[in-house]
Amino acid sequence: MATSAAVTIAPTARVSRGLWHDAFRRLMRNRPAIVGLTCIAIFVFGAVFAPLIAPYGPTVGELSNSLQGPSLAHIMGTDLQGYDEFSRVLYGARISLTVGVIAVVFGLIGGTTVGAIAGGAGGLVDGFLMRVIDVLLAVPGILLAIGIVAWLGHGEIQIMLAVGISYSPIFARLLRGSLLALRESDYVIAARSMGASPVRILLRHMLPNALTPLIVQATLAAATAIIDVAGLGFLGLGPGDPRIAEWGEMLTDSSRFLQSAPYLIFFPGAAIVISAVGFNLLGDGLREALDPRLKR
Amino acid sequence: MARFIVRRLLVAIPVLFGLSVILFLFLRLLPGGGPAEAILGQHATPQLVAQITATEGLDKPLYVQYLNYVGRLLHGDFGASFIDGREVAATFLIKFPATVELTIGALIFAVGLGIPLGRLAARHPNSWIDGIVTVISLFGISIPVFVLGYTLAFIFGVELHWLPTFGQLDPRLPINPVTHFAIIDAILAGHWYVIDAVAHLILPSIALGTIPLAVFTRITRASVIEVSNEDYVRTARAKGLTDRRVNDRHIMRNAWLPVTTVIGLETGALLAGAVLTETVFSWNGVGSWVVSSIQNHDYIVVQSLILIFATIFLTVNLIVDVGYAFLNPRIRYS
Repeated sequence: MATSAAVTIAPTARVSRGLWHDAFRRLMRNRPAIVGLTCIAIFVFGAVFAPLIAPYGPTVGELSNSLQGPSLAHIMGTDLQGYDEFSRVLYGARISLTVGVIAVVFGLIGGTTVGAIAGGAGGLVDGFLMRVIDVLLAVPGILLAIGIVAWLGHGEIQIMLAVGISYSPIFARLLRGSLLALRESDYVIAARSMGASPVRILLRHMLPNALTPLIVQATLAAATAIIDVAGLGFLGLGPGDPRIAEWGEMLTDSSRFLQSAPYLIFFPGAAIVISAVGFNLLGDGLREALDPRLKR
Repeated sequence: MARFIVRRLLVAIPVLFGLSVILFLFLRLLPGGGPAEAILGQHATPQLVAQITATEGLDKPLYVQYLNYVGRLLHGDFGASFIDGREVAATFLIKFPATVELTIGALIFAVGLGIPLGRLAARHPNSWIDGIVTVISLFGISIPVFVLGYTLAFIFGVELHWLPTFGQLDPRLPINPVTHFAIIDAILAGHWYVIDAVAHLILPSIALGTIPLAVFTRITRASVIEVSNEDYVRTARAKGLTDRRVNDRHIMRNAWLPVTTVIGLETGALLAGAVLTETVFSWNGVGSWVVSSIQNHDYIVVQSLILIFATIFLTVNLIVDVGYAFLNPRIRYS
């Protein structure tokens, strides 16, 4: 009897294959999100296959060939050292995207650990950790990352750590907030009354339900992280190795060539903007896909 | 109201205490030998290291050093630069007005354009107008300050020659720095020099104000749409009020609340954004000072400036919270 009832319902009800599958389907129907994914995919492709696509190496060129405008041989022109700008933008995607994304992962790991401990433990531990977060939040924006890089010194790992630390308070607060709201939810009370350990309740019941805002926030943070990493590079706090192509560092001395070589600003700048647009569109799309109630 | 302000002030104290501990350790734990070596950098000779250690009390126990540090801070002594020997507090007073001018310019641009754009988009949700506004705000949050700054400088400075692209004033003008606010000094100097000061301010303000512009547009749009769906707005329309009156008295009064909070939060972000903007436009403010101090390894200045920035940021947030409680009675009585 039960099977026949199921058969009659099936044609009218849409088959649900779980949260993630449904969310993925909604994401694929969201046109801006697809545009965003495409933007990211282009740069990931360019970064991975840079040695195959780039007509030159990132540090191959003659000084005599310096500051040439875009031409057939150099479609984005050449920089002060005579390096091919197009090749450097491609190789730059490797550094700028990886450093930006890993910085967010660092921030996510640090932030969620603090947030989970604070939201899970509550009381004095929560109070103390939130004051620490307040201290980090008191230093506005990129200034915290600048201070940390000044302290840690040059290098890619240092930039990832600096940007990661400066982003961790957002993730910590977000997760803590969700956890505090979930503590009084029916299924958590049910699990607690069945004698589940606090750690098990936190990891099995609360964290999975607090995950979606974190995913959305992390995607949007990837956009700002790419901009911030480029900003550090622009200020001379980048990887510190002139042989490494990095979008922000490529812009550092551009002001001197604003008149003669504006393309040196345009191309790396466009690369930063397009990848940031990509992550922003994807983040907005994920928000709508993961929380259908927000549908415009 | 007074109790609310006092409570918010008390919350700021542990934050500043924590930050002062971190910044104190920042200088003591710098990589590359002891604090004296870090402060002196390449100039470190055994005699100088010994001299600095003695004058700064670096050989005393850490807690004594910390108490001395905080004691000096409370007397307004933020130390002196090891590059030019000038007091941080004195240089700050000269450079801060330039940063304030830039921040206000950016806020005027962002609020003045962002809120009308947000209201416009909210009045026609999902129309082509809304679409254009959404795209503008998307690019606004995706374009780095320095990329936008150089692009503006190229278009309006290099190509069109409409606007100056660096500094606060034409150095050829005979203007005495009295207040160090370029616009006020220019007004005091007369001869319509103020036009030059305002012209210098336009491009940096747009570059710095574009991210807040995008944020204000988004939040205004979302807030207006949300309030427009409230029952009391429907009631107001049902009893036959004019569109204008419903917008001004019923929607905007309430839609302002989240917008003011975000304006406060973005003011702090503007101060940090000034670091990049001032570097692009050779703006002689606190932001470009932070950058040059880091490049010169002038750590005492970096340490003090981060603390000053944080104090300003906390103060702005406090003012915003108080303003919010003033605007929204529901907060006051809870």
